[in-house]
Amino acid sequence: MIEIWLNGELKQIESNSNLIDIAGLLGLNDGAYAVAVNEQFVPKSDYQTKPINKHDKIELLMPMQGG
Amino acid sequence: MSENDLLLAGKKIKSRLLIGSALYPSPKIMQQAISASESEIVTVSLRRQNPQAGGGNDFWELLKSLDLNILPNTAGCHSAKEAIVTAKMARELFNTNWIKLEVIGDEYNLQPDPFGLVEATKELISQGFEVFPYCTDDLVLAQKLVECGCKILMPWGAPIGTGKGLINPFALNTLRNRLPDITLIVDAGIGVPSHAAQALEMGFDAVLLNTAVAQATDPVAMAKAFKFACQAGRLAYQSGVIPERDIAKPSTPVVGQPFWHQDN
Repeated sequence: MIEIWLNGELKQIESNSNLIDIAGLLGLNDGAYAVAVNEQFVPKSDYQTKPINKHDKIELLMPMQGG
Repeated sequence: MSENDLLLAGKKIKSRLLIGSALYPSPKIMQQAISASESEIVTVSLRRQNPQAGGGNDFWELLKSLDLNILPNTAGCHSAKEAIVTAKMARELFNTNWIKLEVIGDEYNLQPDPFGLVEATKELISQGFEVFPYCTDDLVLAQKLVECGCKILMPWGAPIGTGKGLINPFALNTLRNRLPDITLIVDAGIGVPSHAAQALEMGFDAVLLNTAVAQATDPVAMAKAFKFACQAGRLAYQSGVIPERDIAKPSTPVVGQPFWHQDN
C-alpha cells in the first residue's frame, strides 16, 4: 500500500493502482472527470499506464456549476 | 448571418447574453432560467466531487440536455500554472477549446491578476485554445492580451457578484473605441437589466452574467428581463444613439411659440 493525496485528502491505495482504480475510490466508474497529477494534466489515454507514486498529488475534477 | 448575429470564435451566435450555471436555487430553476434567457453560451467550471454542492454527472447531463455552447472557466485559479492545467482538463472534459480564463489576484474583489493572465493567455493560445480572458478595464492590459493573440476580451463591469453595474464606463468606452476589431464582452458585476442594456448601447458585443439572474427572487423572470435588455441595448446601438449634451436643446419648435413679445 502507498499513500497519495486525492483531492486534498490522504488516501491509502494499492501500490500498483492506476488512475482508473483511483477514480473508482470516488465512485467514478463511468463518468465525466479529468485528472491532473502533481499539477500536470494527464490525458484520458494515459489513465491506465501513468505510474502513480508515493505522495503523488492527484486532482480528479468533475463538471460543476460556474459563472 | 444577419447583422444582429455575433460571430464568436467561429460560431454564429444570435443572443448577446452569455449566462452562468451557478447559484440557482435548484437544477430545475437553472434549466428554466437558462432557457428563458435564450442564451446560447453557458459557463461551467471543474471542481472536486462534492455531493452537497451539486455538480457531477447529474448536473452535466442536465446541462447537455440544453444543447448550448459550453464555456468552461478557470475560476479559483490563482496562478498561470493552475489556470493552464485547469484549461487542459476542461478541454478534454467538455470537448471544447473555448476557455474563460480567470487568474485571480485578490481574494476580496476577485479581480484578475493581470500578469498571470497574460502569461496564461500566451501559453494557452500557443496550445490552440480560444481564450476568453476575464480582465479588468485597463487599456494596456487589454492591448497586451490582444498582442498575445486574443480576439475576445471580457473586461469586468464591477467585481464578481457585486451587482454594481458598469462602475467605470469611461474605461469601458475607451476599450470599445481603441479596440474596434476585438469582440468585447462585459463580464461580472452586472446587477440589473439596465446595466446589460448600457453595455450593449455602448457598442459592447455581449454581456456575461450569473448572479444577477440566479440570485434574483424570480430567476426565470429575471432571465427574460435580461434577454429583452440585451435585445434593446443592441438595437439602440444599431439605431444611432444621440450624443450627450450639457446645454438643453428644446424638442418642441421655438417658432410660433405663444406669449412671446420682442422687447423694444
